[in-house]
Amino acid sequence: MDIFGRLTIDSLPLYSAVAASGAAVTVLGGLAVAGAITYFGAWRMVMTQWVSSVDHKKIGIMYIMLALVMLVRGFVDAAMMRSQQAIAYNSDGYLPPDHFDQIFSSHGTIMIFFMAMPFLSGLANLIVPQQIGSRDVAFPFMNSVSLWLTTAGAGLMLLSLVIGKFSTAGWTGYPPYSGVEYTPGVGVDYWLWMVFIAGFGTTMTGINFLVTILKNRAPGMTMFRLPLFTWTIFVTSVLIIFAFPALTVATGMLILDRNFGFHFFTNAMGGNMMNYINLFWLWGHPEVYILILPAFGVFSEVVSVFSQKRLFGYVSLVCATMAIGLLSFTVWLHHFFTMGSSARVNSFFGTMTTIISVPTGVKVFDWLLTMYRGRIIFKPPMLFTIGFLVTFVIGGLSGVLLALPPIDYLMHNTTFLVAHFHNMIIPGVLFGYLAGYMYWFPKAFGFKLNEKWGTRAFWCWIVGFYLAFMPLYVLGLLGMPRRMEHYDIAAWQPHLIVAWVGAFIIMLGMICLGVQLVVSIRDRKDALDLTGDPWNGRSLEWATSSPAAPYNFAVLPKVEAREAWWDMKQRGVAYQRPEQYEDIVMPKNTYVGFVIGIAGFVFGFAMIWWMWWLALLSLAVILGAIVYRASDDDDEFVMTASEVKAIEDERFAQLAKAPKNELADEPGFAGEPAAEPAT
Amino acid sequence: MSSIADMTISPRDAERYEEKDFGFWLYLMSDAVIFACLFATYLVMVGNAAGGPTPKDVFSLERAAAETALLLLSSTTFGVAAVALSAGERGKVLMWLAVTFLLGAGFIVLEFGEFSGMIAEGAGPDRSGFLSAFFTLVGTHGFHVSVGLIWILVMIGQVFFKGLTAPVASRLMRLGLFWHFLDIIWVVIFSVVYLPGLM
Repeated sequence: MDIFGRLTIDSLPLYSAVAASGAAVTVLGGLAVAGAITYFGAWRMVMTQWVSSVDHKKIGIMYIMLALVMLVRGFVDAAMMRSQQAIAYNSDGYLPPDHFDQIFSSHGTIMIFFMAMPFLSGLANLIVPQQIGSRDVAFPFMNSVSLWLTTAGAGLMLLSLVIGKFSTAGWTGYPPYSGVEYTPGVGVDYWLWMVFIAGFGTTMTGINFLVTILKNRAPGMTMFRLPLFTWTIFVTSVLIIFAFPALTVATGMLILDRNFGFHFFTNAMGGNMMNYINLFWLWGHPEVYILILPAFGVFSEVVSVFSQKRLFGYVSLVCATMAIGLLSFTVWLHHFFTMGSSARVNSFFGTMTTIISVPTGVKVFDWLLTMYRGRIIFKPPMLFTIGFLVTFVIGGLSGVLLALPPIDYLMHNTTFLVAHFHNMIIPGVLFGYLAGYMYWFPKAFGFKLNEKWGTRAFWCWIVGFYLAFMPLYVLGLLGMPRRMEHYDIAAWQPHLIVAWVGAFIIMLGMICLGVQLVVSIRDRKDALDLTGDPWNGRSLEWATSSPAAPYNFAVLPKVEAREAWWDMKQRGVAYQRPEQYEDIVMPKNTYVGFVIGIAGFVFGFAMIWWMWWLALLSLAVILGAIVYRASDDDDEFVMTASEVKAIEDERFAQLAKAPKNELADEPGFAGEPAAEPAT
Repeated sequence: MSSIADMTISPRDAERYEEKDFGFWLYLMSDAVIFACLFATYLVMVGNAAGGPTPKDVFSLERAAAETALLLLSSTTFGVAAVALSAGERGKVLMWLAVTFLLGAGFIVLEFGEFSGMIAEGAGPDRSGFLSAFFTLVGTHGFHVSVGLIWILVMIGQVFFKGLTAPVASRLMRLGLFWHFLDIIWVVIFSVVYLPGLM
């Protein structure tokens, strides 16, 4: 019995220079962060104010930091693949097949599980409680557990670069290839455990936000007064609660197959490998909408604020969101039409897939009609929104093509499919989250992001996107399968070179995002958001200070209309000072969530490497932490009225110095809320 | 001992407990989907014996009936504990929780015996797709029951040391939801796995 299980010194990535340098960058990056924290003497601050925090705003910021780090990592993977394919005509390129396969697997896994999901949770955390006029989420401690379990999964992802190899089975991990017979080693196990562990965190996030939105709304905030972003998080939470169990079951069974000799998905002994694909997409298709609905929510907020006009078709947008949520559970089979179900089954799912584009189309028209006769202010979030509208429709049309089973039989597993889903997810999800990041950044930090660099980032992203993915549609029609490490068809190479140029321009977009952040922090004094309402906003998150006080609202707002904050400004009751303040009960910070995350990470590592004693030990730590927490009845503290008053006094002193409307100098500014004509 | 009616719960706390109960219901829904996937998988794979033992060869009606009796009875005794809780009788709550624990532990002992007996006969989960699905479905339920047993022990400790305070009573309510939920799952396991397998 070896205490290190199957972990040996050969597990270090010394087999290839590219892999070793990737590992070195990961390790040095981690050391650099730790070094910087030490240099600034910030460990105490990091631990007491961030790691142990149960404040939804700080948890949101940490989620988004995680997402941005993983975006860089996922993008590096993408750039490496594009470079390989651009040169691999009749040549081996610079990546051996085994390494190339790891890269496309990690790219998809990172972008879906550790970029998009944390970004979504981060925006929801930051904004939803403020939009509904609440002081926190329903379960602040569970929120911290969710964050740290997600981080544990991402940590395993990064670790797989340094110790052992990652999966070569793609981000979907189809058996029998991902089974132990064809892919021994730890790669697929890394993939399985990180997805499994992070999935628990996500499920808890779903429960948390559903309860928050249903139970914690301010007085007067009825469901049909909720801002659209909150509505989309509501539906997304429902989808998470119902869809993620299928992922847990599918990955759990594959874990049993690989490590304990079960026969769920094996080729022989009564296994049924198609059941994996069925269960996986039973989660996987709702997941697409879990990711994209919140982005739709961001677009709905942004398009209305920057068109300086009420959102067109609020009720239809809500209904479309709910319809998409429902229909998202009826289309999963379109991911495997070629499995060869009967014509009737395929035509049912093909039809449902075509139908689900209808509510999405409704949304597109609502956004267009919101812009119609609006006075549009072209800030970066709005640019991303317009870029999304134009580009997303193209992706939607290629999706309707793929929804037809006969066409899907021709296109299945070609780069046409790769082009299609990137055409949905980059403009649909990523542009949405980036728009949300730039739109809500002042709310999180109290100053605005640099617009010049934001605009540059947008143009690089959109131009780069078209150059990188339109050629893939053509290549798919030319018959190029996805995930090719090298090829011998000369006609493909020019398109792949164009796609490489596109990836290069997207890299410039990534650099612009980084520069934007650095420049904005450097020049933050010139872009302070003193009012808390930098965009002449409409929903309640703009009623709080930027950044918001720990309790968000000193006095819970009374909501009387759909665009609650706009309505308050119109009625002249915004920024009113209450006669007196009251004590506010707040959750205490705790390290228990962090401990559970660390133990989850160690548990995953131990299970991957078969160190059973360590797995049991970390499980015992998790159990102990839960029992300890469940026996602690002293988890809250009272912020006294005088403390609240001190914070609020500062806020009103700042307001007195602030311009009446931060957007007033903007060309095209349509005026104060009161000036809006009655409709 | 003070009765539960004496406890003054602030409206804010009452709201918090209601939120927790609602959140717990949502968790149970999510867990129910996990079991639904496991049931569906079992039904797909029940015929995949791969030349090995079939349900008829490995199930025993007597054992399944005894397991069912123990678990259903434990749900009843938990109900008695809940009645004692609303009457504020700490001693009775402790006693009935302990009885529930013993019945649940008896269930786990029987199931453990069933599993180890099957594995010893060469009918372990690595024998065939059918047995993989069986062990995973019934084992997941058994794992839940084991977690429930730990939870009962923790609650016995809390009732003993803290008394029937509002947070403790609120946790007992959710433990009850969990325990009865596992009962319902077992009824489905009995009707979908054992009965058709033996008929």
